[in-house]
Amino acid sequence: MSAVTESMPSGEARNHATVTRLERLAEQTGLDRLDQRRINRALGWFSVGLGLAQILAPRNLGRLIGAGEDHETVMRLCGLREIASGIGLLSERAPAASALSRVAGDTVDLALLGAALRSPDAHPGRLLVAATTVLGVTAVDLYAAGREARTALAEADEDIPVRVSLAINASPERLYEFWRNFENLPRFMQHLQSVTRRSDGTSHWISKASGDLCLEWDSEVVDDQPNSLIAWRTLPGSQVKHHGSVLFEPAGDGKGTIVYVDVAYAAPGGQRGAALAKIFGSDPELHIARDLRSLKQLLETGEIATTRGQSSGARSLLGRTLTRSEP
Amino acid sequence: MKALCWQGIHEVGIEEVPDPHLINPRDAILKVTTTAICGSDLHLYDGYVPSMYRGDILGHEFMGEVVELGSGVENLAIGDRVVVPFPIACGDCFFCAKELFSLCENSNPNAHLAEKFWGHSPAGLFGYSHMLGGYAGGQAQYVRVPFADIGPMKVPDHLSDEQVLFLSDILPTGYMAAENCNIEEGDTVAVWGCGPVGLFAIKSAMLLGAGRVIAIDRFAERLHRAASVGAHTLNYEEIDVAEALRELTGGRGPDSCIDAVGMEAHMPGVHGAYDRIKTRLKLETDRPGVLRQAIMACRNGGTLSIPGVYGGVIDKVPFGAVVNKGITIKTGQTHVHRYMKPLLARIENGEIDPPFVISHRIGMEEIPQAYRTFRDKQDECVKVVVKPWAERQAAG
Repeated sequence: MSAVTESMPSGEARNHATVTRLERLAEQTGLDRLDQRRINRALGWFSVGLGLAQILAPRNLGRLIGAGEDHETVMRLCGLREIASGIGLLSERAPAASALSRVAGDTVDLALLGAALRSPDAHPGRLLVAATTVLGVTAVDLYAAGREARTALAEADEDIPVRVSLAINASPERLYEFWRNFENLPRFMQHLQSVTRRSDGTSHWISKASGDLCLEWDSEVVDDQPNSLIAWRTLPGSQVKHHGSVLFEPAGDGKGTIVYVDVAYAAPGGQRGAALAKIFGSDPELHIARDLRSLKQLLETGEIATTRGQSSGARSLLGRTLTRSEP
Repeated sequence: MKALCWQGIHEVGIEEVPDPHLINPRDAILKVTTTAICGSDLHLYDGYVPSMYRGDILGHEFMGEVVELGSGVENLAIGDRVVVPFPIACGDCFFCAKELFSLCENSNPNAHLAEKFWGHSPAGLFGYSHMLGGYAGGQAQYVRVPFADIGPMKVPDHLSDEQVLFLSDILPTGYMAAENCNIEEGDTVAVWGCGPVGLFAIKSAMLLGAGRVIAIDRFAERLHRAASVGAHTLNYEEIDVAEALRELTGGRGPDSCIDAVGMEAHMPGVHGAYDRIKTRLKLETDRPGVLRQAIMACRNGGTLSIPGVYGGVIDKVPFGAVVNKGITIKTGQTHVHRYMKPLLARIENGEIDPPFVISHRIGMEEIPQAYRTFRDKQDECVKVVVKPWAERQAAG
């Protein structure tokens, strides 16, 4: 991360430092992954227990929370929802989603308690106690949901898969040759500045992000099938973490080759995401599609179609901005 | 140099802009000797084509003299007199190999914009919106021509600019429209719109063996020109076209119909008002009045050929009639490259005399006014030809 941090404006660097301090604080206070699991499990069993009580003894529970005894159906439905969200938490599958669904459920509970106030046999004092309890549970649920969402982002690895294909009027042999010679790639990949191959088979990639900001990564070829497939992944310490492959499939009878590019990028959270966004904007698929089209033009016609640098009359501000982004 | 720039809806003006220069190896720079305003330029003028920006140089019908050549162009020399097709084609791709030049896969740098509108992108065009490439056009003193080894065709010295200029667009467009009709000897062909493309379609239909061509318009001047090349004319403001076509064909309908009008059809009555309101409310983009009428008029198993430009979505098109009458529809931007040589031969042997469509000859400074005159069909305007190095020309 060093290159990114160094060239970042001081404000962003400070933010980054603050985040790190907060995370350290969390570690010191013991709120680590283990505690998170413990919280989830406790919340899960609590939900199941409450749900069972709501289904089996709706009238008693209604009296207990001061809502009266006439809301059996509503109470049983709430019970079903509680059990479902409890099972979600206990199963530990997509815990972030389960935790969020609990927050939604809490909101419904609060609304129902508010409505119960109008009930003829309502007991406002008990309702208030119940509402306070639900608010407390909501706070815990909110905390768990936030924690889970952050963990999901931090742990998700290379979870933006992009697939683009294009028919190119060239043989698989020619395409493979051209691509495998990685130094050629900056000729059609708009944001790539240079690729240097090393003697150990790895390669060093430099990409223009914005302004003076460059992003760099090292990559190794993990699968190499001449005239057919090249697969790669980035090495540890890379600023843009990803893995991908390019497949050259003959399209049959003089129709050239279908080129399939599959790339999976690291999650958009944190600094890596910001760096990635600087390269690809909001749509990596569009960028790869454009690059692939440029490759097609280069190999089929020997040049890449462009209007960059041509004459025009006076542009409006909007026109200037829009035409600047054209190839 | 001076160039005609789009400045907004119903606003075009002459601006002083930098001279164009070579950008890619297969480029050429032409000094434009003659250019023209096309009926389809009026769709830009009226704001019917999206992705136009202030400052865009218009014009896709032009010819001139080669003044600069990129290293990749070997079949042209400085000083060559050439006419240039309006679609830009690479000559190397899947579609160029099939001679479908206006569908070239490699000439539109903004293909992703066109794909949003149409699913796939056609070729880039000169001076015809950013989703069709954003290339600067030829209503200018100089123009950059990409893939100059494929498009521009050298023309013989003994033919004047006015005789060959229309090989760039409207003559091949009218010809392809007639060719798309699959005309059999003696067929009846109905042509909606007697603008330059319609006139060349009439002429071409005759050359391809039509026994009778029925021309439909409302302007006396245009109907007169249609009659001069042998068409039977109908003025739709005076008679009911559908009824007249039935009557003239013994109830069967024309064998082929050509819509040489396109997206801004003028229709009288309720139909016309309906489309005007819907396009105003952005509920449809084009006004398909002629298309509807042509589908209804066409005989069973006949062919509908559409050289007129449509850009977006239309409604109340009687598609049930297309299916149940077994109508074949053929359309597309013209594959100009395919037709230039054969049509040049027809000009040389006297079969076609293109200047018969010209009504106005002007200089650079007169172009903005000419757009208005042409749009409003004032002053018997049919076709405007421009000498970009003259400020003004004597009219006519």
